[in-house]
Amino acid sequence: MAADVSVEGVRKSYGDVVAVDTVDLTVGDGEFFTLLGPSGSGKTTTLRIIAGFEHPDVGRVTLGGEDITNEPPYSRDVNTVFQDYALFPHMTVADNVGYGLKVKGVGRANRKRQVEEVLRMVRLDGYGGRRPVQLSGGQRQRVALARSIVNRPKVLLLDEPLGALDLKLRQEMQVFLKSLQRELGMTFLYVTHDQEEALTMSDHVAVFNEGKIEQVGSPNEVYERPATEFVAGFVGTSNILERDGKRFSVRPERIELNGNGEPGVVVDVIFVGAYTRILVDTDAGDRLTVVRQNDGSGVEPGTRVHVGWRDEDAYEVTPQHTLEQEVR
Amino acid sequence: MESRNTRIALSVWVAVVLAFLYIPILLICLYAFNRSNVESWPIPGLTTKWFSPAIHDPDMQQALWLSLKAGALSTAVALVLGSAAAFGVHRFRFFGREAVSFLLVLPIALPGIITGMALNSYFTFWKINFGLWTIVIGHATFCVVVVYNNVIARLRRVPGSLTEASMDLGADGWQTFRHVTFPTISTALISGGLLAFALSFDEVIVTTFTAGAQNTLPIWIFGQIRLGQSLPQVNVVVFLILAVTIVPVALAQRLTRESGILRTEE
Repeated sequence: MAADVSVEGVRKSYGDVVAVDTVDLTVGDGEFFTLLGPSGSGKTTTLRIIAGFEHPDVGRVTLGGEDITNEPPYSRDVNTVFQDYALFPHMTVADNVGYGLKVKGVGRANRKRQVEEVLRMVRLDGYGGRRPVQLSGGQRQRVALARSIVNRPKVLLLDEPLGALDLKLRQEMQVFLKSLQRELGMTFLYVTHDQEEALTMSDHVAVFNEGKIEQVGSPNEVYERPATEFVAGFVGTSNILERDGKRFSVRPERIELNGNGEPGVVVDVIFVGAYTRILVDTDAGDRLTVVRQNDGSGVEPGTRVHVGWRDEDAYEVTPQHTLEQEVR
Repeated sequence: MESRNTRIALSVWVAVVLAFLYIPILLICLYAFNRSNVESWPIPGLTTKWFSPAIHDPDMQQALWLSLKAGALSTAVALVLGSAAAFGVHRFRFFGREAVSFLLVLPIALPGIITGMALNSYFTFWKINFGLWTIVIGHATFCVVVVYNNVIARLRRVPGSLTEASMDLGADGWQTFRHVTFPTISTALISGGLLAFALSFDEVIVTTFTAGAQNTLPIWIFGQIRLGQSLPQVNVVVFLILAVTIVPVALAQRLTRESGILRTEE
């Protein structure tokens, strides 16, 4: 797969704060690639560096093999869907969507045809004459999407585009975005702090923490084989155990309650609908979270159990030595 | 829910406030049609006989023309300098930015008498002849503030992502200004300009110190009232100006309301 976007050794600081600390990324052509991380982890700054709104202190950005580090935003073949949509309030939906074509000098008739086509693609045909204020949040989001794909950029950058939508709409849009990306065959570079969203949509995920990338991999790899303690904790829930000076991560759904492992006692049983979360304190002094499908076999607090897991379900992770952790 | 009595009391109160504000103005308008040349109540009857001499008074015409020129020129100066300053302060982070912002707004808080005296001694010091341009400079000191305030308030409300979105979609700096930035601040420029013109048009204090021998309309009116010779004509002039200025004021009001298109949420 040809590298569409690559970020090489990029660093960006604001005064004393290092927002992005030596990040390397390679995004393949036609991929759905997600930058996942908590707020302030540098994912949005990385996206803005690719878009050209920020200039890196060190390092370079290439697009289709070409160095674009010093290109202004308007001459980069990438378009952005902004978190706040950034629709032009004084223009109609059609004028918003056609803006990119207009400033590039595309003729009126041709422009009208292309605008109608993308509006149909985002299921907003007939809305061209409205103003952004007359639309719902979800509709505005789709106008922003239409406006940024009408130019057919090499890469589409999406900065937490679904953040302002309610859960149901967000889930619908996740499916829609994924199918749109397949239909267009366009590279999507997606920024989110929602791990579920990242796992659902992406071909590859890069997990950000404190300006650095902790792990890059497929959703499956990142979830099943977290490289670091941070990834194990941020992507899904994880039990971190220390054995022989090494640290391991075990997913809650991989722990057996009546195995022949370590003895312990159930301290709490939390009903969460489709599954139940069970907290177990082992006699060795660890607290484990265990997840069970609700199959009708109830466990009561106070029950003595033996927790166990297969060796291949425990992954050694790089420990995290941050100040925050030590304070905890 | 408020009782019937409270509602009546509130309506009366509003009526009293409105009467306090507008009865003096209405009285002037009525006096413009007063048959007698003495302002006493009740007026003996209505007439339009003062209109012709008032309109054809050459001193009044000259003063009105000077006021219109001074107003238009100081508004033009204010639009250029005020919006340029607003862009500069909004867009760039530099040392002393807050101080610059404060110094730009200060002239409107300064008593007119201080501005007037300062400009007067400055012009005298440099041996600059008093005339139209000294009036324009005097008025521009506070007109700039009005435009600056209007434009910067609008710029602060416009999310920065709009210009970024424009650049992102392929528009260079000039295209972004023409298609995005200017349209979003245009109503602020118009309402700021109208307000600046209105301020300049009725300014007396700074003008007294910077006009030299010429009279602007407010100074002419002030002089006529002091002399007390042709009060009915003055009333006519005031009435006509009132009738003409209601239009731009109402327009400015409408424009600031319409700027609601900038809201991103309902």
